[in-house]
Amino acid sequence: MIAATGPSRHVGAKLLVVRPGGRIEHWPRSALSALLRPGDLVVANDAATLPASLFGTHVPTGRAIEVRLAGRRTLDPDRVNDFSAVVFGAGDFRMRTEDRPKPPMLTAGDRVVLGPLSATVSRLLNHRRLIAIRFDGSPREIWEGLARHGKPIQYSHVQAPLALWDLWTVLAGPPVAFEAPSAGFALNWTALASLASRGVRVATLTHAAGLSSTGDPALDARLPLDEAYQIPLATSRAVRDTRRRRGRVVAVGTTVVRALEHAASLDGAVPAGEGLATQTIGAGTRLQVVDAIVSGAHESGTSHHELLRAFVDDATLTRVDHELESWRYRTHEFGDSILVERTVADEPRSLSVRQTATTEDANAIG
Amino acid sequence: MDANDGTTPAASAASATGQHDVTPQAYGCLHGRRAAVTGGTAGLGLALVRELRSRGVHVAFVARRRPAVEHTVREVTGAHGIVGDVSKQEDVYPMALQILGALGGVDILINNASTLGPRQLELLADTECEDFERALATNVLGPFRLTKALLGSLAASAREGRGAVVLNVSSDAALTPYARWGAYGASKAALHHMTRIWAEELESQGIRFLSPDPGDMDTALHRTALPDADASMLKRPEVAARELADAIEMAIARSAEASQAVAEAVAP
Repeated sequence: MIAATGPSRHVGAKLLVVRPGGRIEHWPRSALSALLRPGDLVVANDAATLPASLFGTHVPTGRAIEVRLAGRRTLDPDRVNDFSAVVFGAGDFRMRTEDRPKPPMLTAGDRVVLGPLSATVSRLLNHRRLIAIRFDGSPREIWEGLARHGKPIQYSHVQAPLALWDLWTVLAGPPVAFEAPSAGFALNWTALASLASRGVRVATLTHAAGLSSTGDPALDARLPLDEAYQIPLATSRAVRDTRRRRGRVVAVGTTVVRALEHAASLDGAVPAGEGLATQTIGAGTRLQVVDAIVSGAHESGTSHHELLRAFVDDATLTRVDHELESWRYRTHEFGDSILVERTVADEPRSLSVRQTATTEDANAIG
Repeated sequence: MDANDGTTPAASAASATGQHDVTPQAYGCLHGRRAAVTGGTAGLGLALVRELRSRGVHVAFVARRRPAVEHTVREVTGAHGIVGDVSKQEDVYPMALQILGALGGVDILINNASTLGPRQLELLADTECEDFERALATNVLGPFRLTKALLGSLAASAREGRGAVVLNVSSDAALTPYARWGAYGASKAALHHMTRIWAEELESQGIRFLSPDPGDMDTALHRTALPDADASMLKRPEVAARELADAIEMAIARSAEASQAVAEAVAP
């Protein structure tokens, strides 16, 4: 596998397909709609990406720091004072995160100045580089400060500075993701039109995708952090209709899997509304909603890769890694894609869906 | 990870001053919708901000000059002001970020900001290339970029049954070749045609595109073009804003109906 080093996304992009049972096929990514069936439902994450990297100064020591916003407990546009964040010392994305100098020792109450924004370290979150941070000012001042001063979070495999437009998928709406929900780069308006003409429905949810890497093994082991999500009523209904008609739910990206499965964790139905995804998905997870996933080609060891173990067995994943390598798929957020159809047999789910339909609608209004 | 999300004094002060409070009115379906308006501190744009707020719409507006933005924020309760220049490529995404951040999404986009190009009306042959470029940047490229940046959110609004409308303010100069209105007329013609293509391509997504001509209005742009015109013969911007808001209301209702019909067609 080779790292995709920039945001040119569509020309010649490849798609590795894992069929139920584990057969592997290679397709151009433009064939995605032809690989799905009429009646299937594609669910994508419509979160737009925040410019979540903020350079500035740790006031008590006067030292340069970079604050990477990493999480928020809610998606409410008016509640943008409080975030969790990972702090780096001097340097920028051109240096590998694991090589970056450590930030000064941080203490609750420390002031930081980040361009036009100022903030206080509320407390440390069980790690010297993971903090709760509270911005001063009104929501309007904070949104303006982020828009003017923030830079997209990026990593050393892409050397040129990225702009916001490189990181917003075509479906991007609420700016709540800390890193791009990059599986969505597989979709453009041509692909959406082609899905529609094939009878494949498209729905969205909003999931505040967090950081993929911090450069610190102890912190990386805690990823993904808790992530807030919001499921619209139209999407909740589309999932219900699709399952009733035995269509498949195809998640675009690991964040969509995490949100749908978290929402379904109570009784298997996917209610509309806001939630906070706290679970990790991996080999032991019994998926209740998602039948297939479109994802980027990620290297083993990442949480993206770990999540695929809920869809197929390890032997199949090893073959996938081998095929990605030998067919020279491009990895990372601007790379090629995979479509993995779930192998694990499951019991019928339609009964629990029907039982919970009424509460689902009631929850959506509340 | 457990960031405290309690409301700060600053945040409560903002909501107490009506950051998102909307007075319920007996108007139709615009109440509670979310709109972005460019060029929102003067002329038709300001009139639209006021009109939409009076119909219970959450409004974010954009304009180039901070003092004018601050003034409008103070004057129109609950309007969210953003400083930015639609003609500048590097301003458009930060603008979209603030619109989507503040409103949580957008159902209505009004590309109203507009420039004549040259400082006064000129024969096309006397028009400087830079002035022509400025007209295209403000009147065509800016609306294109901002629409593109907000399209995901507009499509979501359509899918979720709220309806989605993009209104690009046009002009009779888009259709009639008036002498000495070259840069403006050509750019408005491009905007009008672009709107029709958007409409053609995105009808299936449920997004409605309009490019109405609001008529000759008593605005700064008109005074720049024709300083000697009799203002009493011109339409007042408030009147045009009311008409455009009515057109948006109708388009929103149709867009919402259309997505409702799509949802019902697939329901059991």
